[in-house]
Amino acid sequence: MRSRRLLFAFAALLCSAAAARAEDVAVKIGVLTDMSSLYSGISGEGSVAAAKLAVEDFNPAAHGLKVEVISGDHQNKPDIGAGIARQWYDADHVDVVVDVPTSSVALAINELAREKNKAFLGSGPASSDLTGPKCSPNTIQWTYDTWMLANGTGRAVVKTGGDTWFFLTADYAFGHALERDTSAVVTANGGKVLGHALVPLNTPDFSSFLLQAQTSKAKIIGLANAGGDTINAIKQGAEFGITAGGQQFAGLLVFINDIEALGLKAAQGLVLTETWYWDMTDANRAFTKRWQVAANRPGKFPAMVPAGVYSSVIHYLKAVAALKSASDGRAVVAKMKEMPTDDPLFGKGSIRADGRKLHNAYLFEVKKPEDSKYPGDDYKVRATIPADEAFRPLKDGGCPLVSG
Amino acid sequence: MFEIFGVPSQALFGQLLLGLINGSFYALLSLGLAVIFGMLNIINFTHGAQYMMGAFAAYLLLQHAGIGYWGALLVAPILIGATGVIIERLFLQHLRKLDPLYGLLLTFGLALVIEGLFRNYYGSSGLPYQVPEALRGGRNLGFMFLPNYRAWVIILSLAVCLATWFAIERTRLGSYLRAATENPVLVRAFGINVPRMVTLTYGFGVALAALGGVMAAPIYNVSPQMGSDLIIVVFAVVVIGGMGSILGAIVTGFVLGIVEGLTKVFYPEASNTVIFVIMAIVLLVRPAGLFGRST
Repeated sequence: MRSRRLLFAFAALLCSAAAARAEDVAVKIGVLTDMSSLYSGISGEGSVAAAKLAVEDFNPAAHGLKVEVISGDHQNKPDIGAGIARQWYDADHVDVVVDVPTSSVALAINELAREKNKAFLGSGPASSDLTGPKCSPNTIQWTYDTWMLANGTGRAVVKTGGDTWFFLTADYAFGHALERDTSAVVTANGGKVLGHALVPLNTPDFSSFLLQAQTSKAKIIGLANAGGDTINAIKQGAEFGITAGGQQFAGLLVFINDIEALGLKAAQGLVLTETWYWDMTDANRAFTKRWQVAANRPGKFPAMVPAGVYSSVIHYLKAVAALKSASDGRAVVAKMKEMPTDDPLFGKGSIRADGRKLHNAYLFEVKKPEDSKYPGDDYKVRATIPADEAFRPLKDGGCPLVSG
Repeated sequence: MFEIFGVPSQALFGQLLLGLINGSFYALLSLGLAVIFGMLNIINFTHGAQYMMGAFAAYLLLQHAGIGYWGALLVAPILIGATGVIIERLFLQHLRKLDPLYGLLLTFGLALVIEGLFRNYYGSSGLPYQVPEALRGGRNLGFMFLPNYRAWVIILSLAVCLATWFAIERTRLGSYLRAATENPVLVRAFGINVPRMVTLTYGFGVALAALGGVMAAPIYNVSPQMGSDLIIVVFAVVVIGGMGSILGAIVTGFVLGIVEGLTKVFYPEASNTVIFVIMAIVLLVRPAGLFGRST
């Protein structure tokens, strides 16, 4: 009896193996993201949904690929994230890790991917070190970075008269990188940095730090933080009369989710830089509709991070299809750098030797409540920063791949 | 402007006042915890989640029922307090005879479930809530700009804290409550419905957390994890003040708010650890807490 059942099982296995054509290349994509904490709104399930939509649109069967998407929660802790990625790379045959918001986790995955010769496509992380001193032949940083944010928002603000700055900085790798990069831009454009306050991550009350910013008399208060921290700072800044007193906020990493959480009344006039906005093109709007269903987030809008996940997965699959193999991470990343990028969300672009994906960035201003016509109608474009100006020049990054 | 230890006095006074404001949140929340622990002997780890529910209730009342801040100040604590009554009836009353550890585990689990549910429905980015019209703006005190809303927070919190202290320590109802914790059997013999009193006490403690949540909604990001950011500090406050001591919770709440505010001036990086350092010292020197009676 038992042997017969085994035989059946074996036959079934053979059939299923035959169904997947012998030449199909198996590709496994691991979306490593924040599922449960402060960055889950900008990434999380939204990033997983974007990766799945990308696979669907790529149509793997037509290219001789068989693609599987899995996901994991790194809880914003480098040790946990590295643990999951190690398990994925070593035991679960994952070929590429995508997304990874939170720079400290991304820096750990960056090293791991290099060690295991797998691929890492960072849509979530911000630290420009990933394409600078820490750059790797296995890593591409896709959507944005701290240099681009600093350059976009920082330069625009200094140019319009905001020449003295005080920073409220999230006290970890990302905040420090963002403050460093912005300070450089401010000083290079003739501005002055008067001081900073290092704020522990997830601080509910910013009033003490706001007061320090207020007494500094700086014209601009630079928010080198993200997510709930940025929201709390802006919300309480309005309350303490920061803006009424003539000082202005510069949000250095603000996502549309943050604007929705603040409400346009509190956020209006804020200047920010992003590389993607859901309401810019028909393709973006169409993606948003599908994303809202796939991610089960009706009434919410995708930030640039899920869009970057979508774009990076499409390009990755193109490179794998061209090579007919995903096993050598370094070779796939090299192929990705060789091929020009083209997808519905970011348009045409390219990837530089240091692993920096290049595309346009946009300087946005948050609309006044009365100018917003429908939900999510939050931004107006102040300036388009072309791809070759938006990111740090190759020679300034200190990436060993370039110099050596 | 003169300086104290190299810090302008302007900044120092400002931070003291801000510390007082934060302290009023600590006091309000640790008061609820102290009431629940003192009367039920339960370490209510759901407190942070209930504070968060209070803030969400304010948001939902505004969105779906058109009830603004002032209404929410009354309605939200009643609603969330009612959920507390249900939790007590369904779960906690069965744990009363067991080790307090079981209550701690149950409430901790409940907190995770509640937070998870809210995150699932509302995402983690947060929801907007504005300062009520009447309390917008602020006044310049010379050394700092004090928003009217913050002043209101101090006053309301102080009033609620004092009223609670008075009700428990100085009224007949309070004496029944305290007697019921000492010897429930004897108090029942006098014809007082002790289980109902305990249930309502838990509901009241929860309502205090929800009130804190409504008060926090206009100034903090209303998000599912807002409670867990705060609750650990509040527990430290309760431990420092002495578990179950009403007055201890109130005084320690305000004092630690001030200490934290000062740390933000002199060494901001330590501002989220200073309370725990104090907790460790207090536990070493006075294990029962500053206001606790050692048993």
